Amino acid sequence: MGWETWIITTFSRSLAYGTPLLLGTLGEIYAERSGVLNLGVEGMMIMGAYSAFTTAYIIGNPWLGILVAAVVGGAFSLIHAFASVTLKANQVVSGLSLTMLGLGLSGMFGRGWEGKPLPVSIPKITVSGLSKIPFLGPILFEGQNLIVYLAIILVPLLWYILYRTRIGITIRSVGESPATADSLGINVDRVRYVCVFIGGVLAGVAGGYLSVAYRPAWTEGMTAGIGWIVIALTIFAFWNPAYGMLGAYLFAALYHLSYRLQPWVSPEFLKAMPYAFAILVLIFVSRGTLQKRMGAPAALSLPYTRGED
Amino acid sequence: MKRRVGFKVERRPVASGRVVFFVSLLAILAALVVAGIFFRIYGVSPIRAYQLILSGSLGSRFGLAETVRRAIPLLLCGVGLTIAFRALFWNIGAEGQLLIGAVAAAGVALFSGLPGPLLLPAMFICGFIGGAAWGLIPAILKVMLGLNDVITTLMMNYIAIYFVEWLIHGPWKGPTARGFAYSDTFPRAAWLPTLFGTRIHWPTLVLGLVLAVVMYIFVTRTRSGFEIRVIGENPDAARFAGISQLKTTLLVMFISGGFAGLAGVGEIAGIHMRLLGPTNISMGYGYTAIIVAWLARRNPLAVIVTSLLFGVIMAGGDVIKVSLGLPFQLINVFNGLILFFLIGSEILLRYKISFLLRR
Amino acid sequence: MDNSEGYAIELRGIVKRFPGVVANDGIDFKVYRGEIHCLLGENGAGKTTLMRVLYGLYRPEEGKIILNGQPVHMTSPRAALNHHVGMVHQHFRLVPTLSVEENIVLGLDEGTGPFVNFRKTREKISSIANEYGLSIDLQTKVWQLTVGQQQRVEILKALYREVDILIMDEPTSVLTPQEVDQLFTTLRTLVDDGLTIIFITHKLDEVMRVSDRVTVLRKGKVVSTLPTAKTDKPNLARLMVGREVIFRLKKSPIRRREKILEVNDLHALNDRGLPALLGVSFNLFGGETLGVAGVSGNGQYELAEVLTGLRKSTKGKVFLAKKEVTNCSAREMNDLKVAHIPAERIRMGIVPALSIRENLILKKYRRSPFSYREFLNNKEIEENARRAMSDYQIAAPSYETPAKLLSGGNIQKVVLARELSENPSLIVAVHPTYGLDIGATEQVRKILLAQRERGAATLLISEDLEEIMTMSDRILVIFNGEVMGILDAESADIGEIGLMMAGTRHKGEEL
Repeated sequence: MGWETWIITTFSRSLAYGTPLLLGTLGEIYAERSGVLNLGVEGMMIMGAYSAFTTAYIIGNPWLGILVAAVVGGAFSLIHAFASVTLKANQVVSGLSLTMLGLGLSGMFGRGWEGKPLPVSIPKITVSGLSKIPFLGPILFEGQNLIVYLAIILVPLLWYILYRTRIGITIRSVGESPATADSLGINVDRVRYVCVFIGGVLAGVAGGYLSVAYRPAWTEGMTAGIGWIVIALTIFAFWNPAYGMLGAYLFAALYHLSYRLQPWVSPEFLKAMPYAFAILVLIFVSRGTLQKRMGAPAALSLPYTRGED
Repeated sequence: MKRRVGFKVERRPVASGRVVFFVSLLAILAALVVAGIFFRIYGVSPIRAYQLILSGSLGSRFGLAETVRRAIPLLLCGVGLTIAFRALFWNIGAEGQLLIGAVAAAGVALFSGLPGPLLLPAMFICGFIGGAAWGLIPAILKVMLGLNDVITTLMMNYIAIYFVEWLIHGPWKGPTARGFAYSDTFPRAAWLPTLFGTRIHWPTLVLGLVLAVVMYIFVTRTRSGFEIRVIGENPDAARFAGISQLKTTLLVMFISGGFAGLAGVGEIAGIHMRLLGPTNISMGYGYTAIIVAWLARRNPLAVIVTSLLFGVIMAGGDVIKVSLGLPFQLINVFNGLILFFLIGSEILLRYKISFLLRR
Repeated sequence: MDNSEGYAIELRGIVKRFPGVVANDGIDFKVYRGEIHCLLGENGAGKTTLMRVLYGLYRPEEGKIILNGQPVHMTSPRAALNHHVGMVHQHFRLVPTLSVEENIVLGLDEGTGPFVNFRKTREKISSIANEYGLSIDLQTKVWQLTVGQQQRVEILKALYREVDILIMDEPTSVLTPQEVDQLFTTLRTLVDDGLTIIFITHKLDEVMRVSDRVTVLRKGKVVSTLPTAKTDKPNLARLMVGREVIFRLKKSPIRRREKILEVNDLHALNDRGLPALLGVSFNLFGGETLGVAGVSGNGQYELAEVLTGLRKSTKGKVFLAKKEVTNCSAREMNDLKVAHIPAERIRMGIVPALSIRENLILKKYRRSPFSYREFLNNKEIEENARRAMSDYQIAAPSYETPAKLLSGGNIQKVVLARELSENPSLIVAVHPTYGLDIGATEQVRKILLAQRERGAATLLISEDLEEIMTMSDRILVIFNGEVMGILDAESADIGEIGLMMAGTRHKGEEL
C-alpha cells in the first residue's frame, strides 16, 4: 500500500475508532471536573451498546437505538450519582459495582442476540464535494458517519462551555473547592448530578455507536475495556476537552497501528501505552505548580458535606 | 436529631457488630431480590435459578469442590486487601498483582532449571515478590508524589494484562491451539497437587487459611498492625503519635500485592499448569476480592467466610451457564448488586432510623 | 429613643446560641453610614458570630436587624447581598485554580443566562479597581496571587456586587505591614465614596489607626461603644479583657528547679507558608508553669507544634535539658519524655474508633513492657488501662469502649493519662480545658498542677486569660509571632496583658 493511502487509512480509522473514546472522555471530563470519579463508564458503555443494538433491531431505527443508549447510560449514571453525591458512599466502589452490573446485565440479556446481523445501521456518509479535498477529504468525508461529526462538534462546544461560560465556572469551582462554591450559594449536589448525568449519557452514546455504527453487531463484552481507556484518557487530557480530542484520536491510532507495526513493535506494548501514559501524566503534574495548573480537580472523589471542611 | 412524622433519624456514634452483620445481610438479600427481578425479566424463575445455583455449588461433591477452588484466590487476594484497606490504601490493582505473580511463577517453572522439589517453593516465593513489587510501585508513587492510589493501581492492571499477552504471544509462546495462545506446559514438578480428583490445589488453600489467621493476629496483636489501624482510623492522630505514613503504606502494599501474587501462583500452578491469556487466569478475581474484603469489613478471618460466599456465586455461575445457557458474565450481576447495596447500606450504619409508634 | 436616622446598620437585642454557649447575649450595635467601625474583642467574644448574623450565615434566636431604618430578615448570604451587605471572611472564599475574573463572577446571577459577557465584566471590574486603587490582573489564577492580592480580589468581589456595607473579618492577620498600609488606604477611599465598613479585629494599633468608632465585646456582650478619638489603647485593653477579680486556684508556691527548656530565636512558618514565629526566645524551668497568652492565630499553635516535633522550624534552636532537640521528630520528642496535650483532642489526640485501652498506649506501644519485639503485650496494656482509668477517674463502661463514645472531659482525661503517665519533664498543653464543663475543667487543672508539684515544666497555651492567670507562674504574651513580654503572674496587671496581646511590647524588665 502506498504511503499516502496508508496514512489516510490510518487517520480515517483513527477517527472512526476514536469517536467512542472521545465521547466517553468528554463525558468523564465533565463528571470529574465536578468532583465525581465515575469508574462505571465501562458498564454504561456496554449497556449503551446492548440497548442501542436491540432497539435498532426491534424497531428498525438505529437513531432511536442511539437515543435509548443515551437514556440507559444516563439512568445508570444517576444511580452512581445517587450513591456518590446523596449517600456520600465511596465513589470508587460505586463506580466499580456499576461496571460489574453493566457487564453482567448486558451479558445476561445479550445472550440471544449474538450473531444477529443488524439490518439497519447508522449509514456511512460520503460528502462528494468535500471528499475531493486532498488528504483531509478522504479522511473526514468518506465513510464516516454523523456520530463522528457529532463528537467532533462537541469538542469546541464543551470546551467553550467549560472555560468560557458561567456554567463552566460553576462546574470547575464545585470540583476544586465545593466548600467555597457552597458558601456562594451554589448547589453543589445538583451540579454534580448534572455532570455525572452528562457523563453517563455520553458513555451510553459511545457504546451505542460501537454496536450500531462502527461495527454493527452485538457481542458479549464488546466494549473490551474502552471504558478503562477513557479513564486513562481523561487524565491524559488534563481534564481539558481539547486535549481529550487529541488523546482519543492518538490512542485510537495506536490501537489501529498495533497490528500494522507488529514487525517493529509488539501490539501489546502499544495497547498498554494509554495506561502507562496516564501514569506518566500524573507523575508529571504532581509537582506543585503544575498540579494547580493542569492537575486533577482538587476535590475529585471526595464526598462533600456542608460544615465538614 | 431530626424528627419526622412516624420515625426519627439520628446519628449513630458506633455501629455494633450485630448491626453491621444485619445490615450486611440486608444488603445481600436486597441484591438477591433485585437479581431475582432480572431473572424474571429474562424469563427464568428466580427460585429455579437460585435452586440451581445452590444445588450446583453446594449440593454435589463436584460443586463443592468448584466452590472451594474459586474461593482460594479470593481468599488470598481478599486477606491482602483487608490489610491495604485498613490503611486506607485503595488497592484496585489486585488483578494485576495476581497476574504478575503468575508470570513470576511461570518464569521460574519454565526457565529456572531448578531441581524438582525446589520448584514449587521457589515459584511461590517469586510469585509473592512479583506481586509485591507490582503493588509497591503505586505505593511509592503515592508516598513520594501523592499520586492517587485508585488510578495508579487500576492502570497497572491493564499494563499487567498486556504484559501477559505479550509474553504468551511473543517470547514465551508455546503451542497454539485453535487461536488461543499459551506458554509451554510446566514440568510436572511445578504442578500443585490437588485434592482427590477435584481442582482444589490444597497447598494454596492451606496457605490462604494460614495467612488469614496470621494476618488477623498481625492486625490485632502486633505493633505494625496497630500502626496500620491508627493510620486507617485517624491519620492526624497517627502523625501526632509519630507513626510513619511512608513505612506503613509500603508495608501494606508489600503484603497486599504479595498475597495477590500468591493467588496468581496458585492459579497457574494449580489449575492451568501454563501461562494463559490474562482473562483465563483470572476471571476478575482481583475485583471480586474487593467485594470479599469489603463484606468481611476488613477482618482477615471473616474473609474465609466471604470468599466462600463468592466462591458459591462463581461456581453457581458455571452451573447456570451449563443448565440455563446464560453466560458466565452474569455472576457480575450478583457481584455488582451486592457491592452496590453494601456501600449503599452503609448509610444505615451511620444513621439510625427508629420508628415511633406514637406520633 | 428609637431614632434610627443616620444609622446604616442597627442590630437590636441579638441573641445567638450554640450548644453549650451563648455567643451573642442581647447585643445592641449601631453603625453610622460612612464610618469605619471596629469590632474589638478576644476570641470567643462573639464578634465573628455577630457579623455572621448580619451577613445571613446565622439566624439569631432573638433580635432585629435594621438597615437604613428598615427591618430586614437576613436568611442567607444571598439575602445579605441583595441588601448590599458584603463580607470578606478571614479565610478567603476563593477557588485557587480559577482566574480573578472567574472568581468575581462565581455564583452571581446576572440574568444573562449561562453566558458571561466577559468584556462587560472586565470593564466593570476595571472601573471599580481604578476607582479604589485596587488594580490587579484579571486573568491571573488566584493561586498565583499573594495573600494581599487575594484579599483585594475578595474586596472586588463585594464591590462588584454593589455593596454599601462591607464587613471585614480580621483582614490583617495574613498581611505584611506594607499590605496593611495599602488596605487601610483602600478602606479610607471606600468610605470617602460612601461605603460603611465594619472591621473585626483584636489589634489595638489598627483600631486606633483606622477606625472612627469602636465597639468592644466581651463574652457575648457589648462592653462599650466609643468614638476612637476619645479613647486610647490602655483603656481599650482594659475593656477588652475585663476588670473583675480573678479567682486564683490554690497553688503551692513555686519551687523552681533546673532549666528544662531553652528556646532561642525560634522561627517557623505556618501551613500557608507565611511566618508564624519570628524569633521567639524564652526559658522554662522544672516545677513552673509558663502560660502563653495571646489571641488565636498569633503563633501559639505553631510554637506548640515545633516544640513537640510536629513542625519544622526554619531558624533558631531548642534545648531540652541542655540537649539540642531542634527539629527532632514527633517520635523522638515523645521518647524524650515531652508530653503534648493537643488543642484538638478529637482530631489529633485520640483515635476515635479504637478503644480506651488502645488509645492509652498510642505513644508508648513500642516500648516494653507494652510490646516485645513485634508483638503487643495485651496483658500489660490492659493492666495499664485499668490503672489509668482509676487514677484519672475516667468514666466509661470498660477499657474496651471506643474512645469516641466518651464525653469531652473523659476524652481529655484519656489524653492526660496517656501523656502524663511516663512522668514527662516537659508538658506542652494547648487549650486543655476548652469545651469542658466546670467539673472536668477543675479535674484537668488539678492534674496539671500536680504535675507542676512533681517538678515538670509546663507550657500552658490558652485563650482563656483567666486560666492563664490562675495556673501560671509566669506569663508570656505572644503577638504576631513575637514575644511581647514575660511577666510574673502574681503581680501581672490584666490590663497590661491585654495591651500586650493586642500588640504593645512590654517596656519593663523581661523575666
